[in-house]
Amino acid sequence: MGDLFTLPVLLGIIYSGIRFATPYLFAAIGETFSQRSGVLNLGVDGMMLMGAYSGFFVAVKTNNLWLGLLAAALTGGLMGLLMAVISVTFQATQGISGIGLHILGLGLSTLLFTTTMGGVGTIGGFPPVRIPLLGEIPYIGDIFFNHNILVYFAFLLVPVSNWILYKTTFGLQVRAVGQSPEAADTLGVSVKGIRYITVTLGGILAGIAGASISIALINVFQENITNGMGFIAVALVYFGAWRPTGVLFGSLLFSFVNALQQWVQLKGIPIPAGMAVMLPYILTIVVLAFSSRRISKPAALTKKFERGES
Amino acid sequence: MSKLLSNGQPQIGEVRAVGIVKRFPGVLANDHVDFDVKAGEIHALLGENGAGKSTLMRQLYGLYQPDEGKILIDGVEHRFHSPKDAIRAGIGMIHQHFMLVPELTVVENVALGLKSSRGFVLDLDVVEKRVCALAEQYGLKIDPKASVWQLAVGEQQRVEIIKALYRGAAVLILDEPTAVLTPQEVDDLFVTLRQMAAEGHALVFISHKLHEVLAISDRVTVLRDGRVVGKRPTQGATKEELAQMMVGRPVILQYDMPPLQCGDTLLKIEDLFVQGDRGVDAVAGLSLELHAGEILGLAGVSGNGQRELAQALTGLRPVRKGRVLLHDKDVTNASPSERMALGLSYIPEERMKEGAIRDFSVADNIILQDHHKPPYVRSIFFDFKAIKNDAKRLVEAFNVKTPTLDTPIKNLSGGNIQKLIMGRELWRRPSVLIAAQPTRGVDIGASEYIHQQLLGQRNGATTVESSVVQRRTPTQAGMEMREMLEGRREQCLATLLISEDLDEIRALSDRIAVIYEGKIVGIVDRNEATVEQLGLMMAGVRKEEALGLKKSGDHSEKEPS
Repeated sequence: MGDLFTLPVLLGIIYSGIRFATPYLFAAIGETFSQRSGVLNLGVDGMMLMGAYSGFFVAVKTNNLWLGLLAAALTGGLMGLLMAVISVTFQATQGISGIGLHILGLGLSTLLFTTTMGGVGTIGGFPPVRIPLLGEIPYIGDIFFNHNILVYFAFLLVPVSNWILYKTTFGLQVRAVGQSPEAADTLGVSVKGIRYITVTLGGILAGIAGASISIALINVFQENITNGMGFIAVALVYFGAWRPTGVLFGSLLFSFVNALQQWVQLKGIPIPAGMAVMLPYILTIVVLAFSSRRISKPAALTKKFERGES
Repeated sequence: MSKLLSNGQPQIGEVRAVGIVKRFPGVLANDHVDFDVKAGEIHALLGENGAGKSTLMRQLYGLYQPDEGKILIDGVEHRFHSPKDAIRAGIGMIHQHFMLVPELTVVENVALGLKSSRGFVLDLDVVEKRVCALAEQYGLKIDPKASVWQLAVGEQQRVEIIKALYRGAAVLILDEPTAVLTPQEVDDLFVTLRQMAAEGHALVFISHKLHEVLAISDRVTVLRDGRVVGKRPTQGATKEELAQMMVGRPVILQYDMPPLQCGDTLLKIEDLFVQGDRGVDAVAGLSLELHAGEILGLAGVSGNGQRELAQALTGLRPVRKGRVLLHDKDVTNASPSERMALGLSYIPEERMKEGAIRDFSVADNIILQDHHKPPYVRSIFFDFKAIKNDAKRLVEAFNVKTPTLDTPIKNLSGGNIQKLIMGRELWRRPSVLIAAQPTRGVDIGASEYIHQQLLGQRNGATTVESSVVQRRTPTQAGMEMREMLEGRREQCLATLLISEDLDEIRALSDRIAVIYEGKIVGIVDRNEATVEQLGLMMAGVRKEEALGLKKSGDHSEKEPS
């Protein structure tokens, strides 16, 4: 156990923790927008899978990672749009339609992968980019400033989405629609329009989150490669109290514990592998159980909106 | 061309609705209604719940579209497809339930939905400046940076008015604006409204409170069952005349209150602390005694702990500290059913949430508490005959208008649901009754009936109740009802009447306790305090001080004003 405290090991865990926070950040911040406007999208995982597959497929076929990323964003956006049609226009129960979309994404991505690509292949994903100057700082540079471009994007998304939510007219409308849609409606804000935008945006970011796994972090695609990450992302939104900064904190915490548990397994420390893998999930449950945040929760979350039905 | 108002908008000379017809499934909400309001006047729109007032106004504000008829602004026809169109045309509306986002600040609420001077980026500083300027011009004091949930109800209403003015309202529709205000806040609002009318705004004042309509309006239009039944200048109108127009028959506006006779303490609350939803003590050190045979009115502005108190007394919310004694038995932590067994009945504030099950039938709702007891069950099966039989008797005795006993309760009007709940609770022959907002959202006819029933439970009120029973239910059920009431009179029911409607409290209570921030500010006898004095107490002024203002000659040095 003393090994844990050697510098290279610690650096490795931190590096990997930061790196693997990426998909959670993309997915959970997208979900934050969706939930802030009152739509609980449980289909994130399915959208991530579709993004992971289409990003991988297009990148392999065109040999262009950026086209892959674009394809992932478009696919995720389409899935988001579908979710919006089902839950906003047709007013289906949000939880159920989200689960439906998850299953659709899981099945479709597997089917498409086996028919279009067959076996598991790998790809040379986005390479690490060392940031000039900052990247030269000993230790710090290696840990923080030597990542692939999507990792930087994910962390940049935090201040950007913070700014959008709190400093723009659009952000104000999103927050209002999620808290009191009736009030927003009387002021001429289109409740359904806003929800369409946020849910689609959530889909786009989920698609990118998926692609970050398949063409930037692990660089393979296989059946159910997300392994429930999308559901963790939904939990992280609650954990982060519907704030991008809270989501950042949650994503890092989760990702660090995950990195730690992987190291524990690698080292062959005598803890059953299954137990180690469970660790981050147990942590999520414990944290969620003890964080009661009724006040900041969007009051209209999961509620349908139809004019004159209040 | 036309005169500019203080908010920089051109005046609107006249808004006229002609021949408005609006149908909802099964209901003709507006039946060829003509209505108009002119610059500089306050036009009251009077009518019971369901008379079509709000429906009419929602069409002027673009929330609904009329099926027939047209809306003319200064002679030009307008069609509003959404509130946006109405706002653009200079019409603003203050809704009965405020349309504010509690988590946002005052300025954010005003800015919501508006174009920013900086495009995509919010210009809250610009909005704030104009909010302050408007507040100044119209005498509407407000802290622009406060979150709305922190504001008192009267302040929230001011935010609503500023919001409408900011959007360029020349015509302002106020839907029951006084329903949740203290008397002082009502006075302040009236000052603002008069000032706005004097400026040249056109105001529509929707209400069912007769004295307010008489006090504030220049003209009054009365709606009943979707039709205009009267239109006249307010000057010279009387309450009785307006009430008769509104209800369609003479209405009793004052009740007889025979003196109180019984007196044992049935419910005793000792230094009670109860937490609210936000985790703070909503009830903070409240003590109160309720005696047999009396109606104790609990007056107070909404959100001062009334809801939490009622829930704590009925076992629906845990008590943090203190004791509740029912018939000298400690029930502080007892379950609702234990309390019911001890003779406690509850008419809840949210009748559709806590009082009834929306999709259940009338009969099923009637047996909710006793569905597991004979005569409604035999071994493990329902005895539908017995259920129907009792339901039928109750529906007749309490004058509940329902098509059948199998009708889902959600299809009944608010007044009829309330009569049903009240009937169910009284049918159980309680010794202590907690009645929370029993007539909120209930029309005058049903309110009158509910009031008489509550009074009838009180000791000695023979004349009122038997006349009610005779007039309304000259049937077998009516006779049974009367016998039941006679029996209950001996029990001397104690009633805690929780209401935000001061008129209701004053009309029914033997004693009035005023609650403020979770504590009792003072208890006065029925005729001891004026409306103004009660209003002061509702704002937290102690009884001695509130009453002292009136007796300034006696022992204080204050000058009579």
